Amino acid sequence: MLQIRIHGRGGQGVVTAAELLALAAFKEGYFAQAFPAFGVERSGAPIQSFVRIDSETIITREQIQEPDILIVQDASLLHSEEVLFGVKKNTQLIINSPDDSATINRLLHNKILTKNISSSPATEIALRLLGKNIVNTVILGAFIKKNKIIKLESLLSAVSEKFAEKGQALINKNKAAVTEAYTYVKK
Amino acid sequence: MFTHHKTQFLEGARAVSLTIANIQPAVVSAYPITPQTHIVEDLAKFKAQGRATYEYLRAESEFAAASIVVGASAAGSRVYSATSSQGLILMLEVLYNASGLRLPVVMTVANRAVGGPINIWNDHSDAMAMRDAGWMMFFAENHQEAVDLHVIAYKLAEEFNIPAAVNIDGFILTHSFENVVIPDKTSIKKYLPTYKPALGTYLNPQKPVTLGAFFTPEHFWLEKKRIDEDLKHVLTIFPKNYQTWKKILPTPAPIKVSCDDGLTEYCGPKNPDTLLIAMGSVVGTIKEALKTDKNTGILKIRSYRPFPVNSLQKAVGNCKRVAVIEKAMSSGAYGPLYSDVSAALPGFKGVSSNHIVGLGGRDINIKTIKNIIKSAQRAQIKFW
Repeated sequence: MLQIRIHGRGGQGVVTAAELLALAAFKEGYFAQAFPAFGVERSGAPIQSFVRIDSETIITREQIQEPDILIVQDASLLHSEEVLFGVKKNTQLIINSPDDSATINRLLHNKILTKNISSSPATEIALRLLGKNIVNTVILGAFIKKNKIIKLESLLSAVSEKFAEKGQALINKNKAAVTEAYTYVKK
Repeated sequence: MFTHHKTQFLEGARAVSLTIANIQPAVVSAYPITPQTHIVEDLAKFKAQGRATYEYLRAESEFAAASIVVGASAAGSRVYSATSSQGLILMLEVLYNASGLRLPVVMTVANRAVGGPINIWNDHSDAMAMRDAGWMMFFAENHQEAVDLHVIAYKLAEEFNIPAAVNIDGFILTHSFENVVIPDKTSIKKYLPTYKPALGTYLNPQKPVTLGAFFTPEHFWLEKKRIDEDLKHVLTIFPKNYQTWKKILPTPAPIKVSCDDGLTEYCGPKNPDTLLIAMGSVVGTIKEALKTDKNTGILKIRSYRPFPVNSLQKAVGNCKRVAVIEKAMSSGAYGPLYSDVSAALPGFKGVSSNHIVGLGGRDINIKTIKNIIKSAQRAQIKFW
């Protein structure tokens, strides 16, 4: 079972990110589960969401204690205890940051190995393509490049399905955001 | 097997709202409250999009919403409402009337703590406030059970004229996404025919009747006794009803189940040393924790009201320890489920303990479950 924990702030699409990722995994034929942990419901408050992907039915509902993959949508949260809870050296970190992996490794006092860190300037991409600091689709583009479990087409199809009621223009922008991050991140 | 039913990946609230739309109530009334909101927003949306034919009334309060569905049900309509927490408390007076008037109202309770202190997250405090209101009360472990139990709730409610509440854990089920199969209208109709109450059993000028008449001390207790007997009768017919429905909508059990009579479900060894008893979504986490435990079993209570005394006694058998894990507390006494379990096991010689977990949304993890199993050696009530 692959366990993914996503951290960000209210308004950045943390909950939607989990839904998109799980939906894309479902489209690949996996069993998937996505759920949020709402804090106080206001913009800017730290929020977590969780994704499990497995080839068998998922029955547990505990919040993810030891993530295989940690997605951080806002680098200013990186030092909070909650974000680093249960993280090990081999945990994979996908982070929205203009800094490179080595710099983030130093900032984390080597809590996560440099080779397991993948950073992309998601805020810059989101502001340019979406006009807002909603980085969820951008960061997922980076995620699937690093992890071969979900194909780009499945994530794009999940984006189309999830945003269907919001109109084609928004779908196209988010697809472009996914694709740009996918192209940006090295394998 | 799934010729016309495909597995979808849906939010729990959406799974419930789609099922309700396919059950086709005539009147839906609700007042939005977290975490029930997505269900009633969906139902309003379906109506606005022309995909549903029910009357949708957004009430000015939960008291009004409950009163509207009680009135519509008394007039012979299939009805639906949903609520949570404080909203359920505000409905409470009407809920007692729904059962006293023998109205087959069906409601979803998206379980949430009751304030104060104010808290929006999940536990079973709200459900326990309506425990004695004379309703059937079912608890779902996952999305599929939530779907199935709504269909079964309508079937039993309309057959016995007893209202039914389907409890689904707020956020944990309402706001989570997972695989689920939604029954279409045709399969639902095979099991749950169009609602046509007999003339003379509902308010209709063609054959006027009185519902909710005044009962003097001479007759009041007899009526209450009758409701109790009818509720208990549901215990005898629930298993068959459950099986019939699962034949119409067969879905694989997430993991191997040792015994399932509908009212309860048991997973574990034949003669467990320790038997855990729980309701709702926490059962999933417990099952995960027990994957590496050969001496412990989990009995899930699916029907809390009526309370399945016989199924429980059978499951307990000669086990050494019974540990009741529940998300509610009757302050100054024990957890409500523990009290029911204890009353059902007068001759139990082993050690029984009560574990209060997950209050106000506190996460229940596998480590906690394992610690509960260890601490079940001692008779005690413990908060985790």
